[in-house]
Amino acid sequence: MQALSTLDAIAAALPIANVDTDKILPARFLKTITREGLGDKLFWSLRQDPGFMLNRAPWDQAGILIALDNFGCGSSREHAPWALLDFGIRCIIAPSIADIFHNNCFKNGILPIVLPHDAVTMLIDLASQPQTARLRINLPDQCIATTVADQVIRFDVDAKRKADLIEGVDEIARTLGYSAAIGQHQRRRHALQPWLDRQDARTAGI
Amino acid sequence: MTSTGKPRTLFRKVWDEHVVAELGGGAVLLYIDRHLVNEVTSPQAFEGLRLAARTVRHPQGTIAVADHNVPTEGRSGGVAAIAETESRVQVETLERNVAAFGIPYVPLRSRRQGIVHIIGPELGLTLPGTTIVCGDSHTSTHGAFGALAFGIGTSEVEHVLATQTLLQQPALSMLVRVDNRLGTGVTAKDLALHIIGTIGAGGATGHVIEYAGEAVTALDMAGRMTLCNMSIEAGARAGMIAPDEQVFDWLAATPLAPQGQDFEQAKAYWRTLRSDSGAVYDRTVVIDARAVMPMVTWGTSPEAVVTIDGATPDLTRIADGASRRQAEAMLAYMGLEAGQPIRGTPIDIAFIGSCTNGRIEDLRAAAAVIGGRRVAPGVRALVVPGSGQVKAAAEAEGLDRLFIEAGFEWREAGCSMCLGMNPDQLKPGQRCASSSNRNFEGRQGPGGRTHLMSPAMVAAAAVNGRIVDAREF
Repeated sequence: MQALSTLDAIAAALPIANVDTDKILPARFLKTITREGLGDKLFWSLRQDPGFMLNRAPWDQAGILIALDNFGCGSSREHAPWALLDFGIRCIIAPSIADIFHNNCFKNGILPIVLPHDAVTMLIDLASQPQTARLRINLPDQCIATTVADQVIRFDVDAKRKADLIEGVDEIARTLGYSAAIGQHQRRRHALQPWLDRQDARTAGI
Repeated sequence: MTSTGKPRTLFRKVWDEHVVAELGGGAVLLYIDRHLVNEVTSPQAFEGLRLAARTVRHPQGTIAVADHNVPTEGRSGGVAAIAETESRVQVETLERNVAAFGIPYVPLRSRRQGIVHIIGPELGLTLPGTTIVCGDSHTSTHGAFGALAFGIGTSEVEHVLATQTLLQQPALSMLVRVDNRLGTGVTAKDLALHIIGTIGAGGATGHVIEYAGEAVTALDMAGRMTLCNMSIEAGARAGMIAPDEQVFDWLAATPLAPQGQDFEQAKAYWRTLRSDSGAVYDRTVVIDARAVMPMVTWGTSPEAVVTIDGATPDLTRIADGASRRQAEAMLAYMGLEAGQPIRGTPIDIAFIGSCTNGRIEDLRAAAAVIGGRRVAPGVRALVVPGSGQVKAAAEAEGLDRLFIEAGFEWREAGCSMCLGMNPDQLKPGQRCASSSNRNFEGRQGPGGRTHLMSPAMVAAAAVNGRIVDAREF
């Protein structure tokens, strides 16, 4: 994954709840077999409106997106974070974020931050004005600095995921280090439930 | 992991059984028994394996099928006959990848092809107490068998292919207990929509739901799969139901079910897969099944749902500004007025199918409502069986003829109009009565308007040309 430690970027506000991954990237753009080039398709239907925030300066350069509850709900498509990343978004802030999307963000070097409603509302107000839309996110210190003097918002993040994101760790390489433990688990499990090993889909007339 | 002696939930038992290593902070390396692979969310994962010169650790624990991006007619030509280049390339890419990595594959022309969440259970690959993942959020379907099953992203698909494990953060547990029985003509789909309407589209975020109670036990396997399938629409990581004799009987009829002594041994183990008395859930929601009515969504989130006797919201009664603006935007997108009764809303399209409601029981329920009636003038109606097996079973019962004579299109198996990806799509402004799972903006095609409901309600809407109460027909 791409490492992320600090981020100094324009924040764009999308004050909508239940922003689903179909809205972030419609299904017809999932026919690709690569990860790249989805930024132009991000929020396709909303982007058709020239007045949509991500079409206007300074938010067309946004690196942070702020939304309301249950951001990223619906389909598990990782194409949604790929599209956000391709556009330049490296951080999502919302009062709650859907599970699979939340996972997918970390896998792609995007920091999902969950904050209380009050803090999100305050950040949305700041992000809505060009002169206050810039935020500085510091992952090691777990804080967001705004352009308003002395106004710093702290956030929680899982310690392990934080360390992985700062390091930009290759998770598969690390898990392959557990290869022996996985093999041991597999053998123990298949001894207790031998029927699992005997299932072979190729015998089912597929 | 061994039991600590503390009463455990069903979820916890399956979780504990699969922990390979504790990674600190509650995170674990979780062993995955079954990995289902589709054409849409896997190409980049296989490419990642190739770039890093990695192999698939356990090909026999994996199965692949193309379901999302395939046409539901003109199948005799196989993959080569897929008209759209990008779609054909995606399915060909899957075929190349499964061949290169030695993964069992259900070809497009196989009589077993179908939506991955329908064919897993049909084959008997979905077993109680197993962990099942797929790069598709509706993997929660398999929880109906007492499996811990959930959707993952493509990076995780790659991780499972390479290691047969997943990094998992701890989940919270939620009990949804449904007391009493559902009324006549009220289905698992209505129950699922009722629950989502009650707890919200993000109401179960971070939780694994266990469904229990008289109404849940009384559901047939198709109904249980529908209920678990929709768990993700409440934000849940997974939905589960403790396996019982009905599950074992169902499995006994599948080609890959454990045989002979294995089956007896398996059943003895599976019977232990229930929450211990005194097990503590992080959250409990109690629903009275008698209060559940046929449900219809009016907006662009599954939580925007009312009973068939209900109406779209009165905006003046929504105090919170952001919520009011959102309801207003949903009504505008859906082309509905505030306070408008949902009953009587005219439809253009009727869609019966999807991993939520594309099983033989769903088709029978729809057929029963149609009787000898015909699809209303001006309405286009489709029935898309969830799998080749469902299609064959329906044809053996003569349901295909009933649907065709009524004016429905009778299609080949696939995800079809559940998502606007393959040729089956809504046109802008078209209003669809749909047995699928998501009413998001543009979900069934750009500008399309979706009303989620049960297959019986879709069938009733198809023949009446408008949304009606299927119980009255």
